[in-house]
Amino acid sequence: MPESNERGALTEAVFYILLALYTPMHGYRIMQTVRELSHERVNLGAGTLYGAINTLLEKSWIRPIAGEADSRKKEYEITALGKSIVDSELLRLQELVETGKRIAGGRML
Amino acid sequence: MKYVIWKAYWDYEKEERWLNEMSAQGMSFTDYSWCRYVFTDAPNGQYNYRIELLEYMPKHPESMAYLRFLEENGVEVVATYLRWVYLRKPASEGAFDLYTDLDSKIKHYQRINFFWTAMMIAEFAAAVSNLGIGIANLFLNERLGNFSSGNLIIGSVTLALGILFLALDLPIRQKIKKLRQEKAIHE
Repeated sequence: MPESNERGALTEAVFYILLALYTPMHGYRIMQTVRELSHERVNLGAGTLYGAINTLLEKSWIRPIAGEADSRKKEYEITALGKSIVDSELLRLQELVETGKRIAGGRML
Repeated sequence: MKYVIWKAYWDYEKEERWLNEMSAQGMSFTDYSWCRYVFTDAPNGQYNYRIELLEYMPKHPESMAYLRFLEENGVEVVATYLRWVYLRKPASEGAFDLYTDLDSKIKHYQRINFFWTAMMIAEFAAAVSNLGIGIANLFLNERLGNFSSGNLIIGSVTLALGILFLALDLPIRQKIKKLRQEKAIHE
């Protein structure tokens, strides 16, 4: 398993893009999927998505899929490294939720 | 019907608001060249418009890749002017925002900040040298030649432009500062 030295929190946009790309898809589908996954809360602007895709490609958290010849739209999918990033983010979030509930959220449990 | 409106905008956000107001009234913006806006009739509010400053000129491969990505995502490039692009998306496809998180908003404002700062520096440099030469020559009773008035005119014009670009840039810097503060507490 690759060592994660990315200890910081992921942005919401990145987290949802990574989740969306467990299924290979192109940019427009990513926007729609993120909107659905977040119950309409996270709307990705095209410029924001473009920047995020490029950064994630550079980090090899996602990779482009060689598309069929007739399709001009590029599709992407999450890599093993990307999945391990999501896993450690989930652990981090879980810890936040547990600690938060213990101290502040007694009545919400 | 085609309508041509001549108008000068310095502030791209005001310009963007105007294009959207026109669109709401059934005039959809279709082309731009220096201060010249072309509109055609369209159903009220058919399109939402956005203006963006690209990192590179529109013909640069990086910009072409970005604009192609936008077009794949239902965004139409209406016109380009220098590094500025005019974009639109049918209102039926939902809200049209290019940048939806703090980081990317800051980045875009920073590009605009650099743009105005560079213009401002160029104008102030021209102003200082022109005014300097013009005034020095006056003190020498125009011994260097009868050109001081020319220098003073160019110097004043470039000085005024420099001040204008500074005035345009200050609100942008303010916005960057605010977004950065915001970023310190949430994403």
